[in-house]
Amino acid sequence: MITIDTISKKYGKTEVLNVASIEIPTGQSFGLVGNNGAGKTTLFNVILDLIRPTTGSVTSNNIVVSESEAWKNFTGSFIDESFLIGYLTAEEYFQFVGDLRGMSAAEVTSFIGEFEDFFNDEIIGKKKYLRDLSKGNQKKAGIVAALMGNPEVVILDEPFANLDPTTQIRLKQVIKKLTDTSNITVLISSHDLTHVTEVCERIVVLDKGIVVKDIVTSAATLKELELYFSV
Amino acid sequence: MISHFLKLEWKQFFRSSHWQKGIALKIIMGFFILYFMVAFLAIGVGGYYILKKLYPALDPLQLVNSYLLYVVLGELVLRYLMQTLPVMNIKPLLILPIKRSALVHYVLGKSAISFFNIISLFFYIPFTIVLIIEGYDTSGALGWLLAVVLMTQSVNFLNFLINKSTIALGSIVFLLLATIGVQKFDIFDITVFGGQVFDAVYASPVYSLIGFVILGVLYNLNYKQLKSLVYLDEAVSQKVEEATSIDLSFANRLGDVAPFIKNDIRLIWRNKRTKTVFLMSFLFLFYGLFFFTQETYREMPAMLMFASLFITGGFTLNYGQFIPAWDSAHYKMLMSQSFKYRKFLESKWILMVVMTSILYVLSFPYLYFGSRIFLMITAGAIFNIGFNSLFLLYAGSFNRKKIDLNQSGFGNTQGTSATQFLIIIPLMLLPMLLFWVFNKFVGYNSGFIVVASVGIISLLLKKQAMNYIEKKYIKDKYVMINAFGKEA
Repeated sequence: MITIDTISKKYGKTEVLNVASIEIPTGQSFGLVGNNGAGKTTLFNVILDLIRPTTGSVTSNNIVVSESEAWKNFTGSFIDESFLIGYLTAEEYFQFVGDLRGMSAAEVTSFIGEFEDFFNDEIIGKKKYLRDLSKGNQKKAGIVAALMGNPEVVILDEPFANLDPTTQIRLKQVIKKLTDTSNITVLISSHDLTHVTEVCERIVVLDKGIVVKDIVTSAATLKELELYFSV
Repeated sequence: MISHFLKLEWKQFFRSSHWQKGIALKIIMGFFILYFMVAFLAIGVGGYYILKKLYPALDPLQLVNSYLLYVVLGELVLRYLMQTLPVMNIKPLLILPIKRSALVHYVLGKSAISFFNIISLFFYIPFTIVLIIEGYDTSGALGWLLAVVLMTQSVNFLNFLINKSTIALGSIVFLLLATIGVQKFDIFDITVFGGQVFDAVYASPVYSLIGFVILGVLYNLNYKQLKSLVYLDEAVSQKVEEATSIDLSFANRLGDVAPFIKNDIRLIWRNKRTKTVFLMSFLFLFYGLFFFTQETYREMPAMLMFASLFITGGFTLNYGQFIPAWDSAHYKMLMSQSFKYRKFLESKWILMVVMTSILYVLSFPYLYFGSRIFLMITAGAIFNIGFNSLFLLYAGSFNRKKIDLNQSGFGNTQGTSATQFLIIIPLMLLPMLLFWVFNKFVGYNSGFIVVASVGIISLLLKKQAMNYIEKKYIKDKYVMINAFGKEA
């Protein structure tokens, strides 16, 4: 379970984030929606203890993320390309992350094997460094790396952006499988309302750093969101 | 159109990272540029008189003329290695309503005022002025100046024509060596031929106009070639290297640190800037030759200590000073992974110690200069391993500048801040001072012993030091993530 408690972030006088309280129960698929500058990425960075909030704290499975690092053992994440190591090949990168997550070389290979369809022959065995892959392929590698080592919490920022249609559909299946069959909490943000309503049980809308909607996804959700954003 | 381009150039220059740097760095950079300009000016002004004094029987101008063809060949090699057309700059302009031909002229025209072309003027112009003052024919001297300027420009454009092919480089180097060779064995003296050409220009300045023809032809060839290549899959493309994986499983024996060591080895080998640092550290091995061969330095033990530190410390100093900025591009990712920070630091430490040890072994030939010199190098190596490695790790926690690994290593000051200048004090000046004091007041051997002891004591205190350093890095985590996220 992730508890976000009175998180705010100020840069000088401008407040970019002010979230009173969000509780994300274990196993929930949680979607974050908002226009550019709404504070989605900032919130994820705070949850990952990459940015210190001005006030408040985030608790993940009873661990205050800014006080202990134990949450890193069960949290996988991909925010942007800076989460990739540009001078490694995809295989080397997976091996590196696998090493850090306590997986053996064989475990890494078999885990990566499960994503053969997802990679669509574009990632493995390409003799290319990650920095030379296209944005979409970089994203694929980053997302899969975030799923390594049996995480209990997975955080993906804009996972659908830059992906080709086939991979978008496959990614939705992957995320659904994560939350349906195992008790993994998935946090994703997206600009694509269709995708996010399809995948997430709950959707929170941020606007200028403030929670303006907190919806349990239903058949009417997409319409509601479209109405909200078509200003 | 031209005014648009000039405006872009202006903004590119003044908004480039060079100007965003701290004031200390600006001053030092300015100082270096000034140094080069003054050095060339001095040679330009004094060159005539020096040659006159050294070879009173010869005419200095003819002497310079006879070697100008060597200058051309040497310049070509240098330019081949260091100068490329800045074609990528026009990528954003390709889709704007600007004629392709204008873009090509812009790129080519811009190259005409590059550093290489300007710096030689600092020699040629004062040299010409001195010639005129010394009573040479004014129109002849000016014609000569025009000819050499046109020659420099021609070399500039010739370079871009042959820049793509290694065969061209091979043939130039071969030609250079061959001409030196045949001259040495008195078969054919190219200096005579080259001399005649430029002497003729001085005698009748009209010949200098031939330079325009050569330059025009070369420019036109460049223009034609480049114009057909201004496409994203041709000249305006980012080169993609084929990944080469080498087996690094030997590092697995190092246990927990292994993933980081493997990563660091790949980091060093696969990025331009780090590769330069790595290869340069072997050049530093020869640093001692400057000092040990000269009598003046033999009597200055502090300077000898300075050289000794550099011989084995090339890698530690150059690589260590930018820890952890080498990892700045993916620092966020590292900070969201589960590992002990200690392992990350430990890996860097091992790398520095191993490299220093290798360089120390390679420095054994310095025994030729006697056991005292060698003892000094040994003390320097121990100091580098014990004190400098740890100190650089600590100093690294003050690094706040991102480094873009893909940029070339030569003269690249990205990531440099006041930290890099301040750390010189304990790294170099402290051992020099220690050595000097003990050598002067206690005795020669005590100098080595003290410097080496500082190294050994630091090594013994490694665990405590690492604890402290690790805490410092963890404390500064957020500031570093924020700083490394900013564009360099």
